[in-house]
Order: sequence, then structure tokens, then C-alpha cells
Amino acid sequence: MATIKGAVDIDVERCKGCDLCVIACPCDVLQLQPKEVNDRGYHYVNDLNPDACIGCAACATVCPDGCITVYRLVEK
Amino acid sequence: MTPEQLAKIKAEGTVVAAKPRLLNDNTMHYCPGCSHGVVHKLVAEVIDEMDAENIAIGIAPVGCAVMAYNYIDVDWIEAAHGRAPAVATAVKRLNPSRLVFTYQGDGDLAAIGTAETLHAANRGENIAIIFINNGIYGMTGGQMAPTTLEGMVTATTPYGRDVELNGYPLNITPLLAQLPGTAYVTRQSVDTAAAVRKAKKAIRKAFENSLKGLGTSVVEVVSTCSSGWKLSPAKSNEWMRENMLTLYPLGDLKDAAKDLPKNK
Repeated sequence: MATIKGAVDIDVERCKGCDLCVIACPCDVLQLQPKEVNDRGYHYVNDLNPDACIGCAACATVCPDGCITVYRLVEK
Repeated sequence: MTPEQLAKIKAEGTVVAAKPRLLNDNTMHYCPGCSHGVVHKLVAEVIDEMDAENIAIGIAPVGCAVMAYNYIDVDWIEAAHGRAPAVATAVKRLNPSRLVFTYQGDGDLAAIGTAETLHAANRGENIAIIFINNGIYGMTGGQMAPTTLEGMVTATTPYGRDVELNGYPLNITPLLAQLPGTAYVTRQSVDTAAAVRKAKKAIRKAFENSLKGLGTSVVEVVSTCSSGWKLSPAKSNEWMRENMLTLYPLGDLKDAAKDLPKNK
């Protein structure tokens, strides 16, 4: 059976920490940084659970600032 | 997952979503979670997919989206407050082969620009109008707009909108759908991934109608204003679904191309 694996790349300096991608993610991959902030003072998003990512791109679709790049690899 | 496995997925896998090519590197001035960002992204993606980068002319409004030209790499004109459909009329009539669209908020389209909008739609100008409706004047600090819901608290209606004093909410999209000049009138939202994909299809259809010369296309996007509503972006989306969508239900209001007989 083919397995689908995904990965996300986040432009942390562009991120405004709006939390919308965290809510949109069906696999709880993303989470806002609880303490660290980017140069503009926002708690940026981070992929704290990358194993669970299926590359569905729901996070990138709802991101208002286009910070997220999503990759998908199908392994046979 | 090890860093090597992650690197393998990024190297061998396909990119399924990324920042659109036409959305440039300037950081948008919008508040965190603003719907404008999503719609800007959709406009950039659709223009890129239609390969219309060199023929697209956008008309920016006055409002939060006033600096849209800083973010999307196509030609833009900045119109006076509410006059975007009038400017778009001139641009489209002088350059009929161009893809001409306006990008307006509710204060711009439904308040000061009502006359321009209704008459451009009634003349059936071949333009696409993208209408961002968040029920508030977001840019100036959250004052009441014509589209503000009954009982909604804003900076100028601190006890809620009173219809006896302030009138009823103006639902302008069904008004536009009644006019014979409009080809496609739809209402979408961008609160979930599924809704964003639907909104993208609607914007694509509106832009194609502009190029085909079928008439005016209107895409209303029911949006949030987390700063103006004084809620978090996630709570704003919930509030929008619970309150805005009863007065502004989603879906196509008019699609002239579908209603036409097939032999025409």
C-alpha cells in the first residue's frame, strides 16, 4: 500500500501568529510557539508533530499571509 | 521523523501548496487572520493560472485594501472612494481585451459607491467585482457600515445597531443579481479550506466572464474583521458563521451562462 507523507516549510518571519492554520490542520501537526517570537513580535507557527503530516495543504489554503509551503511524497 | 526523512520529502515530493508567484515578498499590512490576505492570495493564484499576468488590471478601493498594489504583481489603478466600478468601466471600454477587476470593501462598494456599483452592473460592463463584506468600516476603526447586522456593536453604535435610528442592513448582492446586466453573482466565504477552494473557483469564473464579455460578475466574500469585531481570528470565524451567514447565506445567486440555451 502506498503511504503518503507530507512536510511543511514555514516562513516564520512572514507569519503573524493568527492560529488559523492550527485550527485547519486535521492531524494536529502545527502549533504556535508558546514563548519564542519572530522579529515582529508574533508567536509564529511551528510544526511540532511533523510525523503526522499528510500533506493535505489545508494549512496553506487558509493562511492569509502565504507563509506555508506544503510538500507531499507518495511512497510505494 | 529524522531531519533526513524531512529533507527527502522536500526534495523528492511535489509542492502541493506555496505562496503564489504573483504575491510578492512585501509583508501585508493586514491584521493577523484578516480575510483580505486569503482573497489576495486567491486573486494572485487565479491570475497566474489563467496566464493573465500581462493583461490583468486591478482597480484598488479606499479601505483596508487600498494598498493592494503593493502585494499583487499586476497593473493597478487606485480609484477615489467608491469610484472603482466607474474607473473599471473606462479601463475596460478603452482596453476590451484586458482582464479588468475591482477589489472593494463594503464601505466602498455598498456605502459611498452604491451609485457607481449599481450603474456599472446595470450597464453590464464586462468587469469582475470582488466585494469583501465584513459588516464594518475596518480601516477607520470599526464604525457602522450599511452592511452592519441588526444589533451589532460597533464604534458608532455602542448599544448595537438600532434599525429605527440607523436603518436596516443593506444586502446589496441580491440587488445586483436582479439587474439584467450582471452575468454571475455569487456569495462565498474564506473561513475554512473547503470554502477557500470554492471562493477560488468563483473568482476564476468571474475573471473568465470578464474576458468573454458576458457582463458584470460579482463575487461577494463574507469576511471577518478580528480587530474591528474585537475577537481573535478563530473566534471571528465562528462569530461570522453564527451571525453573518443568516443574513448573507452562501451560494450562487445568479449564473446567466448556466441558464442560457445550449445552442447559443
